[in-house]
Amino acid sequence: MGYRRRVRLLWRSKKALPFLLFLLPSFAGVTAFVLLPFLDVMKRSMQTAVTGEFTGIKNYDVIFHNQAFLLAVGNTLRFTFVCIPLLVLVGLLIAFPLSGFQNAGLIKSVYLFPLAMPTATIVLVWKMVFYRQGFFNLALTRLGEATGLWGPVTVDYLATGASFWVLVASYLWKNTGYTVVLWLAGILSIPKEYIEAAKVDGAGRWKCIRHIILPNLKGSFYTIVILSFLNSFKIYREAYLVAGSYPQEDIYLLQHLFNNWFVNMEFDKMAAAAVCVCAVLLVAIMILQRLWDQEA
Amino acid sequence: MGRKIKKGITAAFLLLPALLICFPVFLILTGSVMDSIELGQYLGPVFGGGEDFIRWKLIPDYPTFEHYGRLLFLTPSFFVLFWNSVKMVGCILAGQLLVGVPAAWAFAAYRVRGSQTLFALYVVLMLLPFQVTMLSSYLVLDRLMLLNTHSAIILPAVFSTFPIFLCYGGFRQVPVQLLEAARIDGAGELRIFLEIGLPLGKSGLLSTMVLGFLEYWNLMEQPLAFLEEKALWPLSLYLPEISWMQAGFALCASFITLIPAAFVFVLGQDYLEQGIIYSGLKE
Repeated sequence: MGYRRRVRLLWRSKKALPFLLFLLPSFAGVTAFVLLPFLDVMKRSMQTAVTGEFTGIKNYDVIFHNQAFLLAVGNTLRFTFVCIPLLVLVGLLIAFPLSGFQNAGLIKSVYLFPLAMPTATIVLVWKMVFYRQGFFNLALTRLGEATGLWGPVTVDYLATGASFWVLVASYLWKNTGYTVVLWLAGILSIPKEYIEAAKVDGAGRWKCIRHIILPNLKGSFYTIVILSFLNSFKIYREAYLVAGSYPQEDIYLLQHLFNNWFVNMEFDKMAAAAVCVCAVLLVAIMILQRLWDQEA
Repeated sequence: MGRKIKKGITAAFLLLPALLICFPVFLILTGSVMDSIELGQYLGPVFGGGEDFIRWKLIPDYPTFEHYGRLLFLTPSFFVLFWNSVKMVGCILAGQLLVGVPAAWAFAAYRVRGSQTLFALYVVLMLLPFQVTMLSSYLVLDRLMLLNTHSAIILPAVFSTFPIFLCYGGFRQVPVQLLEAARIDGAGELRIFLEIGLPLGKSGLLSTMVLGFLEYWNLMEQPLAFLEEKALWPLSLYLPEISWMQAGFALCASFITLIPAAFVFVLGQDYLEQGIIYSGLKE
């Protein structure tokens, strides 16, 4: 026993050196560009912006009484809690029928393509669609004429609360593709025998879905939530390009606020807010991770 | 027979949103070959404050390549920004290969004490949005005097941990027994990495490249924050600067910006999908 243990320790130390060498360039860079500066940010979150005097939790106190910050946090949370469930659901609704196709390749590519479209290329298109006399209102008006149910529609989507839903739509447009791919991978990895066996036992289509397919997709579910969340912050690109630094107030997101603080050099508030957002994210990630591990 | 009809209905149900998705591409394509007067007529009411609805034609009345001519032959600044984009994307991807791939291999091939914790740290860093790290990046770039240079965009991106996570997914497919066998045969660790790891983990690398290209071709937040001089900007920030009065020109520039991304998408679609799946592999 003692001998094997010694061999194992030796083996371990033998592995440690190459591990460190392979990791070194990356870790050095991450330390220099992210970890150390973030410590600096944490320090600055307790100082004044210009003179660097220690102020304790004053900056935190300031941001939590700051109208812009509260508005931005509220909007960002609203966006997250509307978009992610919607995206997860839409992805699943498309992936389900798609999993029955032999050649789903083409449809899958079409859904994925928006991922490849640079945001800047579609800004003008978005304006053409969502301005007051744009395509969307045109289509609604024509539909109204055809059915006789409503008159001309002239909502300006970018200047009213509807701007929020424009953002939601562009988020779905961009992100549905990879969600479908992930759901599809999850569905196709479920052994066929499970479903066959259930069918032999007399389970109907819905029973199969509820008791076999959905429970087996829990892993995919957590992944999709995390990735959708990661990408939900990138909606700032659309929001900024279509509506600028100070958009309609329903789509004033944390990202706008950080950017505006940055431009105005209000580093004290920025530091405090960065620490707060980071802390909230850490907690959210840990909760998801915990749920994930329970499933495994 | 009923089955077939049902399948057809499902296909139609799936294709409808697909058509909606293609709509922007269609607008960009047709708009870029429409002449300015026609475009002005269609878009004028929308952007210029008229009352009519927007109009559009499937095939322009007077198809023209005037915008392409102007963009390609008379707008040198477009090329400056195009090459800025190419340079930044190229350097970032090369840097990620050099730094990130060995790191991913370290996590995938060696289980030593603390490696799991470190990997968890990397995952958390990957999930932090740019805005949270913006100030810290700014501080370090300022100290290194890199602000307003391309390095300010390239260096932080090179050390992003997302590619490591993706490559890790690819490297994990390499069977451990193979590595053990190579060690017993006397292969050095570097040789194992180069001759077993890289060839077998190739799909992870390619996925990283494809996803990385699409991500960095679309770079916006970073150059907006760290590059003051417009001559240094990437293409993705140039397009929104063009006003609607030059819609044809803007759509044509959009189309040309889209070409490299579409090219990478078509060539690398399998790897793109693989990459998305790797990014979903749980630890």
